[in-house]
Amino acid sequence: MGLLIDEKNVVIPGQILAEGMDFLPAMNTYREENNIISTRVGFIKLSGRSINVIPLSGPYIPKVGDTVIGKVEGISNSTWSVDIGYAYQATLPLRDATSEYIQKGADLSQYFDFDDLIVAKITSVNKMKFMDLTVRGPGLRKLDGGKLIKITPSKVPRVIGKQGSMISVVKNATNTRIIVGQNGWVWISGENPEDIQKASEAILMIDREAITEGLTDRIEKFLGGKKNDIIQEEN
Amino acid sequence: MNKQYIMDLLKKGKRADNRGLEDYREITVEYGISPKNAEGSARVKIGETEVVCGVKFEVGTPFPDKPDEGTIMVNAELSPLSSPDFETGPPRIDSIELARVVDRGIRESKCLDFKKLCIKEGEKVWMVYIDLYSINNGGNLFDAASLVALAALKDAKLPKYDEKSEKIVYEEKLKTGLHLNELPVEVTVCKVGETFFVDPNFDEEDAVDARLTVAVLEDGRIAALQKGNIVALTPEEIDHMVEMAQKISSSLRLKL
Amino acid sequence: MISYKKRTDGRRFDELREMDAKVGVIPRANGSAMFKNGKSLAIAAVYGPREMNPAFMRNPKKATLRVYYNMMAFSGSGERVRPGPSRRSKEINLVMEKAFEPVLDLVEFPNTAVDVFVELIQTDAGTRCAAINAAALALADAGINMKEMISAIAVGKVYDKICVDLTKEEEDMEAVDIPIAMTSNSGKITLLQMDGVLSREDLKEIMKQARDATLKVLELQKKALMEKYGGQQNE
Repeated sequence: MGLLIDEKNVVIPGQILAEGMDFLPAMNTYREENNIISTRVGFIKLSGRSINVIPLSGPYIPKVGDTVIGKVEGISNSTWSVDIGYAYQATLPLRDATSEYIQKGADLSQYFDFDDLIVAKITSVNKMKFMDLTVRGPGLRKLDGGKLIKITPSKVPRVIGKQGSMISVVKNATNTRIIVGQNGWVWISGENPEDIQKASEAILMIDREAITEGLTDRIEKFLGGKKNDIIQEEN
Repeated sequence: MNKQYIMDLLKKGKRADNRGLEDYREITVEYGISPKNAEGSARVKIGETEVVCGVKFEVGTPFPDKPDEGTIMVNAELSPLSSPDFETGPPRIDSIELARVVDRGIRESKCLDFKKLCIKEGEKVWMVYIDLYSINNGGNLFDAASLVALAALKDAKLPKYDEKSEKIVYEEKLKTGLHLNELPVEVTVCKVGETFFVDPNFDEEDAVDARLTVAVLEDGRIAALQKGNIVALTPEEIDHMVEMAQKISSSLRLKL
Repeated sequence: MISYKKRTDGRRFDELREMDAKVGVIPRANGSAMFKNGKSLAIAAVYGPREMNPAFMRNPKKATLRVYYNMMAFSGSGERVRPGPSRRSKEINLVMEKAFEPVLDLVEFPNTAVDVFVELIQTDAGTRCAAINAAALALADAGINMKEMISAIAVGKVYDKICVDLTKEEEDMEAVDIPIAMTSNSGKITLLQMDGVLSREDLKEIMKQARDATLKVLELQKKALMEKYGGQQNE
């Protein structure tokens, strides 16, 4: 009776996590008679009596208020269509694109063109998953240059770290600017392609090893290691 | 995904993954990946790119103008399992091009002696089916496909042919392999801006202006060519690309 | 009546062939796996939830599962298999879709497609079971919500003996062959087909043996998922 698997352990779909009525099913779990069962590969996280499974893989599920990175893929006469890593594109309406007055019939590509990357906020998602975006708000904008990489959306909190601690380690060590979208799209920009490559490798390493112990230390070591090499070469 | 970023770097002679312009990713060749039923089989990985190949033999009638020669049939499937961009259904032009480029490398180099595939002149010859499947498209399927086709041919053993019943006894593989006189490895040289490089990964492939696939023989002669993508090349550029392919081909041949 | 005294490969009648499984074998896919059952070798990839085309096939209530089973041209015994779908492979697509639908929760992704592609690299009987076992792993790897895992095995009767996991050689004798897919917890049957003639008593015994055998398959599936994801857990 009670919890069958300790917190933080990895479970698979169909695995029985708890027996009896002491616990409640929450994220990615369900009750079948006496059992609470996982529907995903992930690790167990308790919040009070609720059992959650934090997934270690899986698609991005758009939510209102999420800040995401997207790529402009379509331009109509009053909206832009933006790929944000979901099956269907999100819509950026004219009124949410700029505070400027846009003349009717104006060429919208002068604001956002095909293949432009933007950092945007999701303003609405309906039941059919039609999504609207805005780029009006602090930090929301078009991204110039830089490189895009993709990580598992559920691991975004780990990549950012507590109060941004993990991503700061990467930024500072590589001298790059990094924006992590809730959709798992990560934008990295910097002066040196080597730095950008190093930062991408570090972020992909956090994605891969998200729930291992001592990850911050290993990331610091990974990022620091190269620097030492350079110093040795200079000597 | 990062077309502009990659193009800007390549124009400066740099690559996003810090490789040199003439560097391939790690190449592995594995033989006999489907040993039970295929007469020959192999897997090639170039970085994340993976292609498998199997060889099956059938008996057919020779072409009237070449009564004492067998032949090869190369088929390539860009499996929808290997990329979100590949679809189900009959082979599209990309997979037909891939198959035909691999076919030309083998056929034109005469690495297989088609006369040795003759069972009875004018009546029966071996038809060698070479089937290629992409497993993961991480870029540069051309070079991987050409390499894995050669590996599978090297691995192949003829089945027994029963003259009396006129049937192939597939269960009995002979010790006789297919003798390869040559290993015509194909090297695809890519161009972005004024930069020439080999072995594009998936993102780089998206940024390529022009590509030239060159089948190179051991003595450096070239056995097949295929120019791809939409940007035109000067004769000087082609010559430079062939030179690069010649230079790099021997390191690929060593993998077989 | 001939009595089948000793299996051609020396196995016990209830013994499975040697199996192998690996998760995450196709980096481009959202989820992927390899499953080897004796000499039958299947690889599966999952793409999606993604845009569903043709549009009139979209289901506004949930994602549509589509399975594509394909034998590579060189994978079969005897002559080369002609590429392209056959009546056999189309039927397998259908029964595989039905094998997974009872356990998949797809309501989160209306109008989308979840595509499962399975390629057989080598065949030696039990290929649809190997395909299902690989596909189940690939779906779990892709992070599609599954109420239970699915595991499959063929159980049959060769002459007078009930045998688990027949080989091609055994199938070619006077044999009945029944591929069965089962849910991991409740042991419910989601795929059942049969070639041959059998008594009701035999079928009951076959289903009983299939439960024991699929639990062994499940153990390996769990191990394969843990090899990819469990390494991330606390050491």
